[in-house]
Amino acid sequence: MIQLFAAATGEVPGINEAVLWAIIVCPLAAFAAITLYVRHLPKIAGYLSILAIGVSFVLSLIALIDVLGANGGIAIYSHDWFQAGRLELALGVRIDGLTAVMLVVVSSVSLLVQVYSQGYMEGDPGYGRYYAYMSLFITAMLGLVLADNLFMLFIFWELVGLSSYLLIGFWFHKPSAASAAKKAFIVTRIGDLGLLAAILLIWTRHETLDIAAIHDLALTGMLGGTTLTLFGLGLFAGAVGKSAQFPLHVWLPDAMEGPTPVSALIHAATMVAAGVYLMARFFPVIEASPDALNVVGWIGAATVAVGASLALVQTDLKRVLAYSTISQLGYMMLALGVFGYAVAIFHLFTHAFFKALLFLGSGSVNHATNTFDMRLMGGLRTVMPITFWTFLIGTLSLSGIFPLAGFWSKDEILLEAWVNNKGLYAVAAIASFVTALYMFRAVFMTFFGKYKGGEPVDHEDEDSHFHGDPAHPHESNWVMTVPLLILTAGAIAAGWWAWGKEFHHFVEAAIPAEALHKAPDFSYWIAITSSLIAVAGIGTAWAIYHRGLVSSTEIRKVVLPFAVLLENKFFLDDLYERAFAVQVFQRGWNRLVEVFDTTAVDGAVNGVGWVGTQSSRVLRHAQTGQVQLYGAGIAAGVFIVAIIVFIANPL
Amino acid sequence: MLLTALVFLPAFAGLLILLLPSARAHHARWVALLGSLVALALSIVMFFDFEKGAGFQFIDRAAWIDVGSFNIQYFLAVDGLSLPLVVLTTFLTTASVLVSFSIEHRPRAYFACLMVLSTSVLGVFTAMDFLLFFLFWELELFPMYLLISVWGSGRREYSAMKFVLYTVAGSAFMLVAILALAFSAGTFDMEVLGTSAITSAVLPLGWVFLFLFIGFAVKLPIVPLHTWLPDAHSDAPTAVSVMLAGVLLKMGGYAIIRTCVTILPDQANDYGIWLAAIGSISVLYGAFVTFRQTDVKRLIAYSSVSHMGLVLLGIGALGTTAMVGAAYQMLAHGLITGLLFVVVGLMYERTHTREIGRLGGLARQMPLIATGLVFAGFASVGLPALAGFIAEVTVFLGAFQKHEWAVIMAIFGVVLSAGYILWTLQRVVFGPVRHEWDGADDQKHWWEHASVIGLAALVILLGVYPSLIMDMLDPAIGVVSARVAG
Repeated sequence: MIQLFAAATGEVPGINEAVLWAIIVCPLAAFAAITLYVRHLPKIAGYLSILAIGVSFVLSLIALIDVLGANGGIAIYSHDWFQAGRLELALGVRIDGLTAVMLVVVSSVSLLVQVYSQGYMEGDPGYGRYYAYMSLFITAMLGLVLADNLFMLFIFWELVGLSSYLLIGFWFHKPSAASAAKKAFIVTRIGDLGLLAAILLIWTRHETLDIAAIHDLALTGMLGGTTLTLFGLGLFAGAVGKSAQFPLHVWLPDAMEGPTPVSALIHAATMVAAGVYLMARFFPVIEASPDALNVVGWIGAATVAVGASLALVQTDLKRVLAYSTISQLGYMMLALGVFGYAVAIFHLFTHAFFKALLFLGSGSVNHATNTFDMRLMGGLRTVMPITFWTFLIGTLSLSGIFPLAGFWSKDEILLEAWVNNKGLYAVAAIASFVTALYMFRAVFMTFFGKYKGGEPVDHEDEDSHFHGDPAHPHESNWVMTVPLLILTAGAIAAGWWAWGKEFHHFVEAAIPAEALHKAPDFSYWIAITSSLIAVAGIGTAWAIYHRGLVSSTEIRKVVLPFAVLLENKFFLDDLYERAFAVQVFQRGWNRLVEVFDTTAVDGAVNGVGWVGTQSSRVLRHAQTGQVQLYGAGIAAGVFIVAIIVFIANPL
Repeated sequence: MLLTALVFLPAFAGLLILLLPSARAHHARWVALLGSLVALALSIVMFFDFEKGAGFQFIDRAAWIDVGSFNIQYFLAVDGLSLPLVVLTTFLTTASVLVSFSIEHRPRAYFACLMVLSTSVLGVFTAMDFLLFFLFWELELFPMYLLISVWGSGRREYSAMKFVLYTVAGSAFMLVAILALAFSAGTFDMEVLGTSAITSAVLPLGWVFLFLFIGFAVKLPIVPLHTWLPDAHSDAPTAVSVMLAGVLLKMGGYAIIRTCVTILPDQANDYGIWLAAIGSISVLYGAFVTFRQTDVKRLIAYSSVSHMGLVLLGIGALGTTAMVGAAYQMLAHGLITGLLFVVVGLMYERTHTREIGRLGGLARQMPLIATGLVFAGFASVGLPALAGFIAEVTVFLGAFQKHEWAVIMAIFGVVLSAGYILWTLQRVVFGPVRHEWDGADDQKHWWEHASVIGLAALVILLGVYPSLIMDMLDPAIGVVSARVAG
């Protein structure tokens, strides 16, 4: 057992190693217990899972307090795992400011979502299975942020992918859900190729996968040049897949096929942020390569733009939120691209609360109306007051309205961008107008105006566990509204941690001080501009979708080509799936290889067999039984052999 | 004598089975189960008694045929490379017996064949005299031929014959190479051959290497010598598919390390790049063809071609890490593909079809079997915490330095396998329920579960506790790679 302490601040968190492992093991134990023993006892499965994550949450808080007490000091506990030749791999946990923040985000949102699911999933035939999968996901996600080396991180990285697959396809009898699950896994795996290649590269060149060691390599310049850039870009490829960055963002909107609490936890607050976490974890590497940094920033910007613009044309409330998530993840990457390491994590932190809130709110709406289609909603403000007010606060937070959480983190991204890269600032600023616009479009369509009746209940569908009356929507019960209220507190106040740069100093202690850039000072000018932009977006939404001053169909006619592009998601799904996967790959290339295999490769073998049979048919006639003929044959054979020997060994 | 007892125990059980009176033919399965369980227990005892890093152990040696300067020995021994494969064989034999428990057509002959098959494979992994090795290698053909042609389905005679002809054609090359080596070194002793420097033979040593390689590559199989495998798999009964994919293919990979690389290290250095290239091509080619398969068993067969390509890639890198990865991949693939075939077999018994287009929605009617297929599928995709992941990554990490491009090509297999496996899962177990399969009995017999759970548990064990095997493989393979490095 190796214990290694690297304390940038001179202090070390005194936390016991067992506590850190227990954070991972608790939900894992719940998963195992549910799978093996209480699969058929749904109630117990639910309580067990909540209990386990509750313990993990408390332990995470203890870890956070310990690290706070040590001013962001780092503790690493590592153990040998296995060894093959010169390859030596370890299992270890690392606690520092970054990990502590992630632990609290993951465990707190998980706990609330698990409680909420008690109401949301009630009566579902797969209730026990749901809690098993969720526990597996939480295990993997907590392991991902605790891992002290890249290999272990990669293991949990893949395991969150698995649980995401299982949960997206939770209602697997629906072809769309099965399809979406497959798409999510494969698309993220394409990004993982880069991550795997990065692991191969760094180990081959430097024989280490340890996070602290890689930081040192990057800072001392031992890891530099092309290797550094390729390593950074490989990591980023993994992040692009997992965090749904352009051009691999296409899986996330489809992932909304999963139950809504899954979308809130996995596809908004935690797993999709893992890519941002990965980039932050290896920030000293990214920061050392201007090329990599530029790629990260601009891919982030492209994602901001793509996500925000597509969110504008969605009619499905969850899909609005999905594209919004893509766009916000883009903001985080963009922040990293302008040296905003702490800022990116800060936005991840605030986003987790308000986006989980919004998703759970949409789930509450769904419970009342039996649909996510906003065209069938409207007017829910009065019948679902808690859902409405919490959703509104989440929306204001996301739009960046003072003094809510989203204001602080978005403002800092804009500030960093303004100081370091004006081009990225322009994208981020324009998109923040669009953000406010699409979010308030959703709010007005859902909660204002007249109620349009929801989706009638299909009693034929044996899997539907809808037990309300869409004609008479009602507020959800307390298991669902209490988590909403708690998350609302986060969506309001999470940003206040940044006061006096407390949050920043805390997470910055997790990476070597040499890798840090001085954050620009708060600027009233930037804050006021960004607020005005957001208010303008809200006003525009109000004018179009509430007062109807301008008709949205009129606007569509004016910008028709662009609207068609948006409505078809920039034709990316068609390009990837229909054109590439089906036509080029499956019906083209694979078919070609298959035909080659059956005709050329196997055909040659059968051809040899055929020649054998045919020639024996001919040679059979030589079997005459006449000794003279055989003798002549033997003589000829000897003669031929003699000639060959003579040629081969000239005397 | 322990090793001899282990190797011949299944055959002995087979003999007892044949001696059963016909009135007690249905007891054949119990005798087979008992025999395979005892063999399994014996191999596990040996596994834990084995002293890691101390070379060949459990040596059974006797002079056998002494003609002139040749002394052919009866020589069995295991080292850190072969012992895990021996345990894999006894384990999969037991699983095969269990999945065959419902066999009703001539059970005595069936189980006797299965037992002899087990003995021949155990012999290949333990024989340390090259001629004895060759005999065991050939012995495996008889039971395989019978098992496929008598208890198989579809074009079973064609497939059985194809299997035999392919192997025999490869064996011809192998025999030439064995004799050439023995003539020049004056011994068939593989331990001696593997420690002495052979500088010349009646044939150029490059040819000897190549001839041996051809014989083994057919078994592995590599592209383009692979087309016997999908035919054999699709027409073989479940248990035979399990043995074929689980251990018979591993004879090829094992033999390449044990003989080609160990006996002829200089030639291995010369040809390493080609092995790696062929390995990578097999990974990709196998994956592409897998996408086109509509029969579940053929699909798994082609995916085996792809996964066994990684074994060759690892061997081609010749370093300790990469070859340990290759050996680990053999074990992982044996368990995972064995599990896949078991589960598909259970599915077939209930639906009587392997056509992917006819299946669908099975997760509802047979949740346990569907779970087994999803688990095995993800293991095959290389999901972490399962055996295949450790193997794949070790091969990649070990081979990257030496064969950068071969590895970069091969890692695309990681995405391709996710593609074909998940697509298959989607079409077979997910989607709307087909009422055609209503009332299918998910849990019919205990023996079906026993083999699924046993295999799955080992897949997890090797995924989370690799040292169990790695610590055994590492020193044994370290010797080989040190020899190659000169």
